[in-house]
Amino acid sequence: MSENIIELKNIKKVFDDTVVVEDFNLTVKKGEFVTFLGPSGCGKTTTLRMIAGFDLPTEGQILLNGEDISQLPPNKRPINTVFQRYALFPHLNVYDNIAFGLNLKHLPEHEIREKVRNVLEVVDLEGFEERRISTLSGGQQQRIAIARAIVNEPDILLLDEPLGALDLKMRKEMQLELKAMHDQLGITFIYVTHDQEEALTMSDKVVVMSDGMIQQTGTPEEIYNEPKNAFVADFIGESNIFEGRMAASMTVKFLGFPFPCVDNVPRDTRVDVVVRPEDVLITTPEKGQITGVVDSSVFKGMYYEITALLEGDNEVVIQSTRSARVGDRIGMCIEPDGIHVMPAGVLVNVFDGEITKDGRVAFAGGNYECDLTQLYEGSRAGEDASVITAEGEEISLAGMPVTVEIPVRAVSMSDEEREYRASGNIISFIYKGNHYNYTVRTASEEDFVLDEDYLWNEGDHVSLMIPSEEIVLKRKQVKP
Amino acid sequence: MRTIRFSRKQLCIPYALFLFCFVVLPLAVIVYYAFTDGSGHFTLANLISFFTNGNTIGTLCYSIVTAAAVTAVCLVIAYPTAYVLARSGLKRGPVLLMLFILPMWINFTLRITALKEILTVIEGNLSLHPFLNTVIAMTYDFLPFMILPLYTTLLELDESLLEAARDLGAGEAEVFLRVTLPLSMPGVVSGITMTFLPAMTNYVILDMMYNSTYIMGSLIGSYFNIYDWNNGSMISLILFGLICLVSWVTGRGGANDAENRGAIL
Repeated sequence: MSENIIELKNIKKVFDDTVVVEDFNLTVKKGEFVTFLGPSGCGKTTTLRMIAGFDLPTEGQILLNGEDISQLPPNKRPINTVFQRYALFPHLNVYDNIAFGLNLKHLPEHEIREKVRNVLEVVDLEGFEERRISTLSGGQQQRIAIARAIVNEPDILLLDEPLGALDLKMRKEMQLELKAMHDQLGITFIYVTHDQEEALTMSDKVVVMSDGMIQQTGTPEEIYNEPKNAFVADFIGESNIFEGRMAASMTVKFLGFPFPCVDNVPRDTRVDVVVRPEDVLITTPEKGQITGVVDSSVFKGMYYEITALLEGDNEVVIQSTRSARVGDRIGMCIEPDGIHVMPAGVLVNVFDGEITKDGRVAFAGGNYECDLTQLYEGSRAGEDASVITAEGEEISLAGMPVTVEIPVRAVSMSDEEREYRASGNIISFIYKGNHYNYTVRTASEEDFVLDEDYLWNEGDHVSLMIPSEEIVLKRKQVKP
Repeated sequence: MRTIRFSRKQLCIPYALFLFCFVVLPLAVIVYYAFTDGSGHFTLANLISFFTNGNTIGTLCYSIVTAAAVTAVCLVIAYPTAYVLARSGLKRGPVLLMLFILPMWINFTLRITALKEILTVIEGNLSLHPFLNTVIAMTYDFLPFMILPLYTTLLELDESLLEAARDLGAGEAEVFLRVTLPLSMPGVVSGITMTFLPAMTNYVILDMMYNSTYIMGSLIGSYFNIYDWNNGSMISLILFGLICLVSWVTGRGGANDAENRGAIL
């Protein structure tokens, strides 16, 4: 039987004017193992804390078995948490740590003793009752933290990056043990991690998050095989991401060649195409759909990672069990079901702006020169911020609200601060075969999307250059 | 230019010299006087007279009661204060803490004189409430020494431990009793040590308050004033032993706790 145990509806969380989580909708079935996956700062821990009750949602509801618990304090919720750094009580020994929740429920002493012994068996630490916390290793503390939570038999167990502090080998082992524990206990697990492999290994359902929003929810297979957008494809596993255009409803043109695909998208739609490296098959140049020259070949144990350079400087990453010689010309084939077509990312940046007194347009913290005559058809430029219309009337535009549109390809970055230029930090980027697609966020939380050939780092502070002829202005429709 | 290098041993010499001149030597002198009589012969008479003289024993008891009262009052005032300063997320917490510490920067004599004047205005005749006045004056003087260690331990208290307690079903009162209080014990212990021991011996405050009562400090002072160095030394030595004992007992309680490090002392 599968009933919903917890439901999050339109959750929104704002900290000091910054939106941390937005538009979060999720239902979790009883006994499921759900993982929130995303880079740091994507809002996954905040969401978990709202379920636990440490943070209250600004908007929205959290339903546990159909009842709204979003405003309940943590001690009134039948939910327990395994903390990132364990948070074991240093003044209590192992027994008292585990018995903490049971003592608060005033259970009889012999029952507590029995439960603690059983749970220590579950986590494989029999006989550790009298040990002090400071004498335990990281892995042992981890197990005690889990024991302390599950001994209360919660409806839901929350785990906040519980394996983050362990070394690789220990982490792998604990992943399997946690999975086994989940199967054995039948408790619903909600797990937070930034490690995609961990998420794919352990979960029944993965929720991929970025920038406070759910990007995709699905089984590990769905997330890996059918990523919904370029972010998910890039975050989960290795991938080649290209910009393309639908040549026909079941044919997508990218890398200069039409490929048959399985996605039915209207002709001429601009799309992002994702191809997993293992789905690119190497063949002879004659047989290949596309050809290229091997640029590098690196042995990775199970496979060779081969990079091929195509004409028009696109790069394709291939995983193959056979090596290829650097400099050789090879052909490449991609099966239709190896091609994942998804809606293109942002193509045009749109902002709300205002015409300044000196005839520039102000938006996103910057002041840019622009062509004001486009606001009135047939007009020519007047003095300062005014235009002379076709009828010869002079209109002053200072203070006029406008919509500003800038194509993604028109924006470029510089590490030099200049007066008038908008500036911000790179918050993410995706490699698209021959260029990088960057998102830059300004101090006022407005995002610029732009393409650049060169690699910058996440977090770099950059100023944005926009040629005046690329700035499209539209008069705002003033609603009566 | 030749660089001069000192070995670790050489660097220790000034410190060792200081220790010897100002700690070991004076202690040895006290021990010598404590166990000799006026003419320099070995005797246990000073020791015996301490325990047989009702006056000294009475003073000892009175000192302990006074110090205990001062410590208790300090603790009752300091704990909530330190708790609010450290944990309520006040934006100006450190500034407020400074306000509590600030009186320490004002000359001690001036502070006590001012307090004496205020109390005189309120009570009329100070000699009517000697015990009360002692407790008020000492509390005023020692309060920062109680607040500081408490503030430090409470400030370093890991928020996730409190969250863990709430998560396991503890209400706010239980969180305090089961987690906050036990984890702030090191601060309580060092606060007590820093208040209780000085309160037993600081007779200057009593003197300045025109106080006729005696605490251990006053007793020692009076012996030395009449040049009875032998009895004065013996009382000092006994007090020293008592302090060692108290430090050992309070220090032992949390000797194994790593979280002790947060506390001063």
